[in-house]
Amino acid sequence: MTPVRGLIVEQIPRLRRYARALTGDQSRADDLVQDCLERALGRTRLWKPGTNIRAWLFTIMHNLFVNDLRRNKGGLRSLDDATLAQQESADGDGLAAMELRDIDRALAQLTPEHREVLLLVAVEQLTYQEAADALGIPVGTVMSRLARGRARLAEVLEDGPGRGLRRVK
Amino acid sequence: MQPGPIRDADLQAWVDDRLEPERRAVVEAWLAEQPERAAALARQRRANERLRAAYAHVLREPVPDRLTQARPRGAVSPGLRRIAAAVALLLVGGVAGWVVRDHVATRPTLESELVRPAAFAHTVYLPEVRHPVEVTADQEQHLVAWLSKRLGSPLRAPSLAASGWQLVGGRLLPAGPGPAAQFMYEERGGNRLTLFIRHNPGSREATAFRFAEEGEFSVFYWVDGPLAYALTGKMSREALLPIAELVYAGLNP
Repeated sequence: MTPVRGLIVEQIPRLRRYARALTGDQSRADDLVQDCLERALGRTRLWKPGTNIRAWLFTIMHNLFVNDLRRNKGGLRSLDDATLAQQESADGDGLAAMELRDIDRALAQLTPEHREVLLLVAVEQLTYQEAADALGIPVGTVMSRLARGRARLAEVLEDGPGRGLRRVK
Repeated sequence: MQPGPIRDADLQAWVDDRLEPERRAVVEAWLAEQPERAAALARQRRANERLRAAYAHVLREPVPDRLTQARPRGAVSPGLRRIAAAVALLLVGGVAGWVVRDHVATRPTLESELVRPAAFAHTVYLPEVRHPVEVTADQEQHLVAWLSKRLGSPLRAPSLAASGWQLVGGRLLPAGPGPAAQFMYEERGGNRLTLFIRHNPGSREATAFRFAEEGEFSVFYWVDGPLAYALTGKMSREALLPIAELVYAGLNP
């Protein structure tokens, strides 16, 4: 195993978390992570040692995610009944599962652009500059997407789950 | 525009708790005079915390093998690379190039050795009403022991009951010159899935899940040690994937 491979493998749990939140579905998320890993491992020469490997991996994942969206027009994030049922029967205590479902539904109401920025900053704790680099946009755009995405998320969450559910169906 | 020196970026940084103490004090003093704004930002901070908490469990989950064992994929797809290689050789070698091209074109691949035979076998036995299998599931132990003996490796017929698929039974099939096994599963509605198992035809120890479409059928296939597997069904990739994961889990308990 090359040292770079070790560094990449170390990041898998975080890549999975980000992809899970982004897609709303664990198996789709793992497909995305797998694509990302295969691509990263095939291009380790493009990573500059000493720079943030997470940001580099997030960049690769972002590109794959955008391609996927283009291919199946938002299909990546359709919370259909089957997915909801699957989430409902998910392991763990009922409250945590319900909370996860509410959050998944709320995120589903954000545009992919807003969702990406919000998750990279709020969940993955990237700096604003790192998020800008990962997504290939200026920091100013990160800030404005963050502000709008956040306002929308808070609004949907405060509205309660009922509205999200109706929208999904 | 924000009144005073407070910018939107400051407010975002306040929500993320990334302000230096001095700056934070300035922002909070400003917010104290803007109760509505302050309430909205406080809500956003709570939403932030809920987001983090909701997905924290993913970090604690075991990582699926298909991720830890992911293999590098070049910038160019293997198919393109093969074509590029063939073209290069043609340019260099004239007649020799043609010979190589033939070799490249006919070299066995997982597609030719696993996916296609699996899809053919699926197509042939899928519509069978009276004899879909040679040995039925009520003799499951005998079925698995028999096929294991013929393939020379211990097989399993994973239980897919959790997703509503019952084992119908299985049969012995040819895969090139060697043996292969086919297990058939059926859903209440009558849909059928087959799991095709043969010797690992290549030199790779293991691969991640791969996906192929053969006509109207979806196929997930992978290699795991001495055996290669292909799960075929007439359904979307999305519908088949969780079943493939269940099969994999059942094969590697």
